[in-house]
Order: sequence, then structure tokens, then C-alpha cells
Amino acid sequence: MRLTLKIWRQGGQYKGEYVTYQLPDVNPDMSFLEMLDVLNEQLISQREDPVAFEHDCREGICGTCSLVINGRPHGPMKGTTTCQVHMRHYHDGDTIVIEPFRAQAFPVVKDLVVDRSAFDRIIQAGGYVSVNTGQAQDANAIPIEKETASRAFDAAACIGCGACVAACPNASAMLFTSAKISHLALLPQGQVERQKRVLAMVAQMDKEGFGKCSNVTACEAECPKEISVENIARMNREYLAAVFASEKEMA
Amino acid sequence: MALTGLFLMLFLVIHLLGNLQLLKDDGGEAFNTYAFFMTHNPLIMFISYTLYAFIVWHAVQGILLWLSNKSARGNNRYAVQYSRPEERPSRNMAWLGIVILVFLMLHLYQFWLQMKLGKLPPVDVAAYDHPVQNLYIPVAEAFSNPFYVVFYVLCMVVVGFHLWHGFWSSFQTLGLNHRRYTPLIKTVGYIYSVAIPAGFALIPLWMYFSKI
Repeated sequence: MRLTLKIWRQGGQYKGEYVTYQLPDVNPDMSFLEMLDVLNEQLISQREDPVAFEHDCREGICGTCSLVINGRPHGPMKGTTTCQVHMRHYHDGDTIVIEPFRAQAFPVVKDLVVDRSAFDRIIQAGGYVSVNTGQAQDANAIPIEKETASRAFDAAACIGCGACVAACPNASAMLFTSAKISHLALLPQGQVERQKRVLAMVAQMDKEGFGKCSNVTACEAECPKEISVENIARMNREYLAAVFASEKEMA
Repeated sequence: MALTGLFLMLFLVIHLLGNLQLLKDDGGEAFNTYAFFMTHNPLIMFISYTLYAFIVWHAVQGILLWLSNKSARGNNRYAVQYSRPEERPSRNMAWLGIVILVFLMLHLYQFWLQMKLGKLPPVDVAAYDHPVQNLYIPVAEAFSNPFYVVFYVLCMVVVGFHLWHGFWSSFQTLGLNHRRYTPLIKTVGYIYSVAIPAGFALIPLWMYFSKI
């Protein structure tokens, strides 16, 4: 099938603009990223600068691929990353607009690649367990309710791709941060650093320049791992509790 | 936003209950008695000063939040704007709020300020042994103007959309989200956000059409 692509190009010769490309023969069995690979081969053979985009596992589990496709992070399908979108969902003659994730805290590196290291710094602020939790068998020895373990697992499914920030009209990172906080707050191993963690991670999130949640819930709708906004409410609860109950004075 | 919003939503219920006395066909007797009570009872006066502060706080905080969220989004906008239909009230809370703020300023000038300045003519009511200010006169006058009635009803639609998102959102922000209770909170919120503005809109419509 024949496709018209309008792609955001930024860096090098491009000042930040949409460039239109024609792809005359796209195989419907290709994945979205394979389609971009074909475009790049075409550009390289014409001695043009290929389009920069991020990808790694191409299995929908690593959270490296991004892209806003026709206004939607990770494309039109529910609970799907860009790498799992296939060209059979498009029709001959379609125009596809491809943009980077846009947020002040996610500066564009080049074309469709954005710097998402703000997420790493939020994790570094407290998204870990540093007390000794023993070996694997010790985890099995700690009793935990099935329901709670499932909630923690649902939150842990977050791959940190940043689609929540890209979808949010406020560029808020609260779905991501709340998923990480929920994951550890629900588990016995996370209890020791529970209050310290939420205070530190929220402070880092604000410092990175993400917006504030106004409960639009576009994040939940676009999240490839279908992380629920229940986690945001849980983070708000955890935060309020930590502010009032923590023995530590806030910095 | 959530705490002040919840307080303002509670206020709307009380305000509506009071205003429904305008539907009584007694030339404003009940309404004027109520208006005097509300402006002279010390406890209610204290609550009303809290209310003014909360309105200003809610508006200032809302505008600051809107500006900081806009800057967090960055300078480049998406070429293709996508939003689900159910997100529309929540995405436009700031605009809806600004319309409500403008309406509120006019609303306060028209009725509240006139009363506070003592510009309204005195009228005798059965409940007090002294005359009280006749707040019914400016209300009846305003609601006899068809353009004002239309403007008022449209503003109530805006209030309705603001509450449609605001009710549930307040609970979510305070961390009150639970699989068992959230569907109930949302349903109550949707009923509230239709019933309260509809109740307010009923008053001018009733007063206008019953006079024709």
C-alpha cells in the first residue's frame, strides 16, 4: 500500500518542522517500526539524513519506543506499544503524522528521539528498596495477600515509556511516578522506605518540570500497559500520609 | 483545588436551597427574610467570609495551575490534536472556570454588593419587627429581562460542565479512589452536576415565564 508520512524533523539541517515523505510500497505485515526502517533505507540510498527514532526490544516490553502517531502516543490501539502496531491497521493512501513525545521535561534530542532521563532521576530519588530483603526464597517466605500482590504487579507492569506524559494536556508524570510508588508501597519489602520514598519521588517529579495532574485520565487511556489512575489516588494518599505522619522533616 | 472545590460544591447546595424560596409566590417575603438572616447571623457571616476567601483561593490557584501546566507542556503543540469526548470538560476546566468567575463578579455586583452598600429599599417582613432590605426587587428586575435569563441559564450550563469533572476529580486528588466507591462517587457527581445548575436555572425561567 501507498502511504504519505508527515514526520517531525529536528536537529542538523532541520530547525523543527514537518517533512513529508512518500512510501510507495508498504507491506501490511510490517510493524510500524519496520515501515520506518524501510523509509530510512530509502533515505540513506538517496544520501539523505535518516529519521532518528528509538526502539529496542520490539516486543512491547522494554518501553524504548515512543512516537505520537496521528495525535496518539503509541498509535491508535489500546494497550499497545508503537513496536506492536502493524501496518494492516492502516489503509492504502493514508496520511500518517508522526511526532515526538512533547513535554518541557522531555527535550527533543533529534527528530523523534526525546530525552526521557527525567524518569531515571525520579527512580533514582527513591524508586528502589535498599534494605536487605534476602534471597529469592526469602521473598517466598513473606506472606502477602493475592489481591495485594496482583495490584503491585499491575503497577509494576509500567515500562516507563513516557506515553502518560505525552498524552497528558499538562505533561504530568503522575501516572508513571504513582505506578512506581504503588508497586513498592503495596509490597512488604517496600514498607521501610515507604514514606521517605513518596516524598523524595514527588519532589524530584516536580523538580523535573512535569505538570500537575488535573484528572483528565488521558494517561490511563493511552498507557500501553493500561496502568490505572487508581495509582495516582494511591500516590496522593501516600503523599498526604507521609507529609503528616513522617517522623522526618521535609527538606 | 480539591478542598476549596468541595467546600464550594457544598455551598452551592445551600445557596440553591435558599434561592428556591424565590419560587414562592409571596412577593419576596420568604426570600427577604432569608436574606436578612443570612447577612446578620454571626455564624453564617463567619462562614460567608470563609467562602469569599475560598472563591478567591480556588480561582487564583486554578489560574496558577493552568499557567504552570501550560508551560510544562512546552512550546511545540501536537499537529494532530486528539482527545476522547469524555475528556472535554476536564481539558477545559480553566476556561469554564474563567467564565464562571466573570459571571460571579457580575452576580455579586448585581445582588450582593447592592445589599452590602445598603442601596436597596426597606420592606417589612413578618419575621422581624423592623424593616429589612428588599433584595427581591433587583432579582425580580433582572429575571424579567429575557436576555439576562438566557445569559444566566447559559452560565449554569458552564457551571454544570465544570462540576461534571470537578466533583469526581476532587475525590481523586484527595486520594479517595476505591473500586467499590469510585463508581458511586462518579454517579453522585454526575447527578449533582446536572441537578444543581438545573435547579438554579429553573428560578429565572420560572420567574420570567410566570410573569408573562
